[in-house]
This record gives sequence, C-alpha cells and structure tokens, in this order.
Amino acid sequence: MSGKRNVLFVACGLALCLVLAGLLSPLASSFPDGLEWVAGKLGFEQAASDESVWAASPAPDYAVPGVENEGAATRLAGVAGTVAVFSLAVGGAWALSRRRRVS
Amino acid sequence: MHIPDGFVSPPVAATAFAVSAAAVALSSKAASHRLEGKEVALTGVTAAFIFAAQMLNFPVLAGTSGHFLGATLAAVLLGPAMGILVMTLVVVVQCLGFADGGLSALGANVLNMGVVGVLAGWLSWRVISGDGSSRARMLVGAAAGAWLSVVLASAACSTELALSGTVPLVPSLAAMVTVHALIGAGEAAISVAALALLLTSRPDLVPGTRRAEGAAV
Repeated sequence: MSGKRNVLFVACGLALCLVLAGLLSPLASSFPDGLEWVAGKLGFEQAASDESVWAASPAPDYAVPGVENEGAATRLAGVAGTVAVFSLAVGGAWALSRRRRVS
Repeated sequence: MHIPDGFVSPPVAATAFAVSAAAVALSSKAASHRLEGKEVALTGVTAAFIFAAQMLNFPVLAGTSGHFLGATLAAVLLGPAMGILVMTLVVVVQCLGFADGGLSALGANVLNMGVVGVLAGWLSWRVISGDGSSRARMLVGAAAGAWLSVVLASAACSTELALSGTVPLVPSLAAMVTVHALIGAGEAAISVAALALLLTSRPDLVPGTRRAEGAAV
C-alpha cells in the first residue's frame, strides 16, 4: 500500500468537503425538509420543541453564535463540523483497529 | 428527516435508543476485526463528506427540500458495521453540536438514518452489484440502495411518530414516503456520482474491486 496515495486521497477528499461545507453551505435551500413539510401539512409541527438541545449546542441550526454575517456563521459551523466529524471518525477507526491488534 | 424533540414519546424514544445502542455495540465489535490503514483514511473522508453534503439542502417540490443522507454510500464503501458507526457519529455530532435532531429523538434518528438506512442500502447493493466485476451493476446497486435507504428510513420515522401518538400512521406514512421518494432520487444521484468518482480515481478503496488490486497492495 502506498502511504502517499492515501495522504493525497485524504487531502483531496477533505478539500472537497471543505468546499461543500465551508463555501457552498449558505446556498442550501431553506425550504422545510421532508419531515417538516409533512408536519406542517398534517398539522403536528407545533409538537416540536427544540429547547433542550438548543440550550446546550455550541452552534444551533448550523450557525456560529456571535457572527453577524449569516453566511459566514454557516460557513464557520460547516468547517468546524467537518473537521470534528473527520477527526472523530479517524480517531474512532484508529482505536478500533488498534483494539484488534491488541487482542 | 431529523426528528426534533417533542415528536417521539418517552417509551418510543427509549426503545429506539436501546435498539440503536445494541446495533452500535454489535457494529463496533464487528468492525474491529477488519480495519487497515487505508480504510481508516476512507472512513474519515467518508464521514466528513456525509456531514458536509448533508448541509446542502436541495429543493424537491415547491416549498420542500431534502438533503443527502449518505447511509448507502457509507455501507458500500465501509461495510455495514463501519457504515452504522459512521452514520451514528454524524447524527450525534449534528444533534449535540448543531441542534439538528432532538436529544430525546437521538435513538430514533440513529435507528432510522443509521441502522435502517445502512442495512437497506447495503442489502440492495450486495444483491445488485454481484461479484463486483461490473461497474454498471455497482452503480445501479448504489442508486437502488440509496433510493430505498431514504424511503425506508422515512417509513421508519413515520412508524415511530405513529407509535408515539403524534400523528396517525396512514396519512403520515403516505406523505413521508411520497416526498422521500423524490428526495431519494437526489440521494441516488449523489451516491452514484461519489462512487463513480472513487471507482475512477481509487478503485482499490471500493470493496469488491479490492481483490483485483490485491497484487499491488
């Protein structure tokens, strides 16, 4: 296996993800998603309450608080989330394969 | 289809959480037997791509949008066990980091988008793609799996809402499956594009084509 090819793959893959989450994310449609649309149509949307997670989450609704520009707040949240998910996935996968070697 | 707080009753939330926790435990046991260096890299990039692409809602009908799910792509590239773990990671980060999906609905969201989505996508892919010698069959398998994973996840979501007494089953199931049959077309397009890109640039990373590359490893 070529380590260089894997590094190149990770670099290109991450670059694509950062373009999606860090540049294009403010262009996403703001229409309600499938479940929200059904909830509105069938009249149960008022059952939703976001309070518990909104109080605890660092960037509710994919917007970093305190950033006035809406697009920038979304882009920052996108970059932070992408980096966090990548790191946790690599760390978790590494831990799983390490567990195999130990056992 | 991230379920917010308030849509699932405590018994349904607890049951879904228990099923999801069992699936995650079984998956981490299964996944720890089969990981190489390049699979760790692929796991990271796939997880990051699913998170990033899920942010990009696309319009499907007047006034409705959908976004990529990624369960089938994860299942195809990483296998069902790692697929479930990666989808769980994404859904947990979305819930705790970005308040997307309620904390009380976390088990249900992992069950629908992680477990149901991954298993539906993976089974369809395995049946249709066959031995992995045909690129066309692999892409068709990914498309069919992607569509089915979104539709079945939405059906599971409707079932949980009905069991919770939030909305009657039949109208919600009909509406959820209809709109997600359209969102599923977008899911299929994105999954096929991502798989085709990988089959062209790094076919050795796609399970099933790996055997042919074995000599070069």
